Amino acid sequence: MKNDGCTPRACPSSEAPVAGATAERGAPLLQLGRRPPDRRAILGASVAAVAAAATGSGCGNHRFDAHYKELTDEDKRRIFERIEAETRARTGVDVKISAPQPMDGVEFAYALDLSLCNGNRRCAEACARENNLPDVPKFRYIQVLEMDRGTLDFENANAYYEHDEVPVPGKVYLPVQCQHCANPPCVKVCPVTATWREPDGLVVVDYNWCIGCRYCIAACPYFGRRFNFHEPTVRPRDINPDQGYISNRLRPVGVVEKCTFCLQRTRVGRYPACLEACPTGARKFGNLGDPNGEVRIMLERKRVYVLKEELGTLPRFYYFYG
Amino acid sequence: MSVFSGLGTAAKEIVRGGRIYYAWVALLLVFISLGLVAYVGQLRNGLGMTNMRNQVAWGFYISNFTFLVGVAAAAVLLVIPAYVYNFKPIKEIAFLGELMAVTAIVMCILFVAVDVGGPANLWHLIPFIGRPNFPVSLLTWDIVVLNGYLGINGFIFFYVLYKVSRGQKYSRILPLILLSIPWAVGIHTVTAFLYNGLVARPFWNAAILAPRFLASAFCSGPALMILVLQLVRRQFRIDIDGRALTKIAELVAYALAFNLFLLGAEAFKEFYGQSEHIAPMKYLYLGLHGHHALVPFMWTALTLNVTALMLFLVPRFRNNVKLLNVGCVFILCGVYIEKGLGLVVPGFTPDALGEIYEYVPSVTELAVSLGIWSSGALCFTLLAKFSIPVFIKAKQFTLLGEPSE
Repeated sequence: MKNDGCTPRACPSSEAPVAGATAERGAPLLQLGRRPPDRRAILGASVAAVAAAATGSGCGNHRFDAHYKELTDEDKRRIFERIEAETRARTGVDVKISAPQPMDGVEFAYALDLSLCNGNRRCAEACARENNLPDVPKFRYIQVLEMDRGTLDFENANAYYEHDEVPVPGKVYLPVQCQHCANPPCVKVCPVTATWREPDGLVVVDYNWCIGCRYCIAACPYFGRRFNFHEPTVRPRDINPDQGYISNRLRPVGVVEKCTFCLQRTRVGRYPACLEACPTGARKFGNLGDPNGEVRIMLERKRVYVLKEELGTLPRFYYFYG
Repeated sequence: MSVFSGLGTAAKEIVRGGRIYYAWVALLLVFISLGLVAYVGQLRNGLGMTNMRNQVAWGFYISNFTFLVGVAAAAVLLVIPAYVYNFKPIKEIAFLGELMAVTAIVMCILFVAVDVGGPANLWHLIPFIGRPNFPVSLLTWDIVVLNGYLGINGFIFFYVLYKVSRGQKYSRILPLILLSIPWAVGIHTVTAFLYNGLVARPFWNAAILAPRFLASAFCSGPALMILVLQLVRRQFRIDIDGRALTKIAELVAYALAFNLFLLGAEAFKEFYGQSEHIAPMKYLYLGLHGHHALVPFMWTALTLNVTALMLFLVPRFRNNVKLLNVGCVFILCGVYIEKGLGLVVPGFTPDALGEIYEYVPSVTELAVSLGIWSSGALCFTLLAKFSIPVFIKAKQFTLLGEPSE
């Protein structure tokens, strides 16, 4: 059971539930879990949000920007510069907005070795830093489900475990993030085409175009999407200045966001942050079009499976036992 | 411009009224202001002011929206006997059904508008200027059919009113009136498909959903109609044939029986099969892993619906106005629970990864919703106050106490 004692009123985000007593037992072996945001932080965030709404300053969003796919290079330059200037004015941080393009013949895919994953959640934390996820309210793109050994039962899984040490004997861990489906149900339902699948397989969102109806969240079978119910606040010192326009730039309140396989890194030849942070080597990432790519090798040599295959979503995120 | 002066006189009716009328309008305006204040707070702070979260991404607003689409669709229940079978007692009051449809659709649109995170971006839905994902996204279909329904019924209402005010016949509009019948089925079917098409949500992804939507709509809409007609009868002292009410009640009885049958079919499939898809149903009626927020409501709804069915099935009961009204209130509450939170929340509970987030509407959501319901009531009140005297003047109604012809 999850979220016990976390009533909607008492908890600003149900994804940041009350941590057990374990969190206070001193420094854990690995930096695990999450702490409840304190009341003052929430209040501060609310005040900031009101101020932002009142002064009209957002995250560089402009009501009349065109859809990403319709932007010329000149539009992009202008919009990126505007966002950079607004971010500097608001946070004092110099960020660089870019929009790396998909490469020909590349289709990205992920593979994850469940026999190696020990539930340390470093992937989720590295992801949060790379992708400028807010501290208040706290949410993550990667949910690591803790389940009893011998089951793959989501209903009895726990994504909010707090342990001093992982893995806990008798438990197995299943990290879930956006599966970048080849037949994505979320894309189909969007009423304004604010989300789509790029030629290299990345499912992305145009934050300027999203109307915030959350139909895509209802449509996603993997809990792969997050909505900014509150003004997202990232501490200036935590802001990653290397920002992609349709990936990790600072998002405004009221739009949907998600894992993009770190588009801003992977399209320029780097690994996603979650993979680099994984201490067990459970994560593999690569180009399905490359016969010698990591993921291709796993697909050929291991017995892989995908989550909820019966739904016909064709995930590009494969799980296997190494 | 005799047309406008004629309508101008009618408009004066809006500001004329007794103490009860003024008190009612004032009360609605207070509620609307409360709703506005709450909505401004939500605009400034984000949808975090609601209790919706990523696990339960839709809540009270979309629940109300779904219920009201049903109310709007049910206006046809007045149109069918009136125009297809030429049942005179209902034909006299059919325009009130259209008025209710218009009001309900306006409320639907408001409920969707307050639910989006970026209302300033709603222009992205407009063809040519924005990029509506038509015909792939069912939400764009819903926008088309709802606005179409609003247009059709609004046009019929004002056209009939205009013709009646000039003492002319309005039979030329009959094709449009007939079109509104399949269109009403359409708005409800499309709204059901909006949920139905989501493979991620087993509770909604069942073929029984659209039929159940229609069945429950044909319970709640007419039940509301029966109550409103009596209020109109009392306020305007016009004679509404009692046979119209009992005829509507009879139709409600069939719809209610069918709705309960469909619920039973659904319950059998889930509880006999015991697959993992039973979880939302368990959450609704038994509670799941210690979470039972909706359980008392669902059993209340079931009890109310079954009691109302008993009241409506027996002619002796439904011909008794008091029992009829009790039955109508029961149905309204029952369907409001079942087709509101009882439909939306279990789609998300447990969520796609099995997590249970217990959703209860926040104060903001309740206040905004109260405001929208009040705007609907105000819209209906003003339009009724504006139009009914026109019909009375044109001798469309017999006034109470007058000898009927």
